[in-house]
Amino acid sequence: MTYLPQDLPLPEPSPDDQPYWDACDQRELRIQRCAKCTRFRHPPTPICPSCRSPKACWTQVSGNGTVFSYTIAHFATHPVLKDALPYNVAVVLLDDADDVRIISNVIDIAPEKMAIGLRVSLVWQPLRNGGYLPRFSGRDHSLATVTTP
Amino acid sequence: MKLPKTIASLADKTAIVGIGTTEYTRRGGITDRTEFQLCCEAIEDAAKDAGIPVTEIDGFCSYTGERHEPVLVQVALGLPEMRYSNMVWGAGGGGCSGSVMNAALAVHGGICKYAVAYRSLCQGQYERYGQYRPRPMGGSYMAPYGLMSPGQMTALTFRRHMHLYDTPVEALGHIAVTFREHALRNPRAIQYGKPLDLKQHSTSRMIADPFRLFDCCLESDGAAAVIVTTQERARDTRFHPARIVAAAQASGPGWGIGPMGSHNMPIKDYHTTNSRAVSGHLFEMAGMGPNELDCAQIYDAFTGLVLMALEDYGICPPGEAAKFVMEGNLSWQRAGKLPCNTAGGLLSEAYLQGFNLILEAVRQIRGTSTAQVTDARTCLVTSGGGQGHKSALILAS
Repeated sequence: MTYLPQDLPLPEPSPDDQPYWDACDQRELRIQRCAKCTRFRHPPTPICPSCRSPKACWTQVSGNGTVFSYTIAHFATHPVLKDALPYNVAVVLLDDADDVRIISNVIDIAPEKMAIGLRVSLVWQPLRNGGYLPRFSGRDHSLATVTTP
Repeated sequence: MKLPKTIASLADKTAIVGIGTTEYTRRGGITDRTEFQLCCEAIEDAAKDAGIPVTEIDGFCSYTGERHEPVLVQVALGLPEMRYSNMVWGAGGGGCSGSVMNAALAVHGGICKYAVAYRSLCQGQYERYGQYRPRPMGGSYMAPYGLMSPGQMTALTFRRHMHLYDTPVEALGHIAVTFREHALRNPRAIQYGKPLDLKQHSTSRMIADPFRLFDCCLESDGAAAVIVTTQERARDTRFHPARIVAAAQASGPGWGIGPMGSHNMPIKDYHTTNSRAVSGHLFEMAGMGPNELDCAQIYDAFTGLVLMALEDYGICPPGEAAKFVMEGNLSWQRAGKLPCNTAGGLLSEAYLQGFNLILEAVRQIRGTSTAQVTDARTCLVTSGGGQGHKSALILAS
């Protein structure tokens, strides 16, 4: 069981972000990072906005993070979402990738428990094309340990 | 040679001399004409309003999403010559005031004589903006997670504003109700004759928390256009011209497509509408400050955007827009400090991706609004709330 139906639109990798999605298929969260000044950036861009170097590497991160913002969707913006309502969409600030945020879902939390500052950790959920999508779990974390971003 | 501070500045050189519209309806409400026909109709109406033959129009400007391109509009209307064709690249509604700025640049630069800025949008004949649409840029990072509509996307930025400033969600209701009260005076408004109170707002169904149904703009059918020319030429037109005293378009560093993309804009700007840069350039060109505005038309695709824009444009200090709104300061009926969206806005008049706000600003300057601010001499128009760069105008009598 995935958090949202598997019939949702799939990621469509482009030449600029293929390595990100290739890593996801291997269940590794790898964020683009400048090979020269070591700054993380997301989504992938052709050159480093800090030092303009075109050389990048893809660094695996812990997948731990904090909910930076969220919404609860109560309206189906796609026919396959009709039976999935309500669901959350979260912007997760990663612990170890500068200020990089990942849009995702927190798969195991009630809508009324969603909060900015919630600690989350990475989980992988399968896509219908054999790939994987990074999502997050809020389990085993309590609001008492929150550090507000 | 001593050059002025801003070389060949566009400041106070051009004017809007004609406004034209079709009727506005809910999505699917116009079935007897195509969107392209409505586009032509609005342009003809604007020429008539300006008191010029439509054949005088030789410049064409619009912004992202407009389907009817200048050469085809020229053919459709049988116009003798097209000398300027311009489309704001990207930014969705953020390009709306930019299209008027480009029209002003063209006539000021002598490229053409009468430039029309126009927008036609029939969500009943084409796709709905509130539903999933493929987004070539950034879509991979949103759609697989069910993040698909602008309402959901800007709910994320506004949620952050609530978190940082303890913004009371009740302020949203005050915005929706105030703009509806303005629409009740405007027979063109889609929500004309449909009163709304705070309780109806706070009990309406949730769409994308914290945005409820009445926090979201309409999905509409309609078209609108404005004619721009030099102030010199404007002396011959029918109505008192609305001088374009300032126009600007800008994007802050690292914003990109912002909430319609991956949400990685700089953390210090996340809870904004990315309008601080455009505000700075706009007021500099106008040689005035936000406290000198008599009224404003603020891009209200979602109520939360209005609070963030009031702060971005320096009308309120950061975090204080909710208080300003809840004191009734946007209300024409309650003689607020800055009556806003006096025709009902995108929430209650129509959603032409911001363009109907420009027409209402012109009416305020002419003195013909259905919620006319007494002696209105200046009016701000802002464009855009989420995606890409932003643009704005200051019109004056």
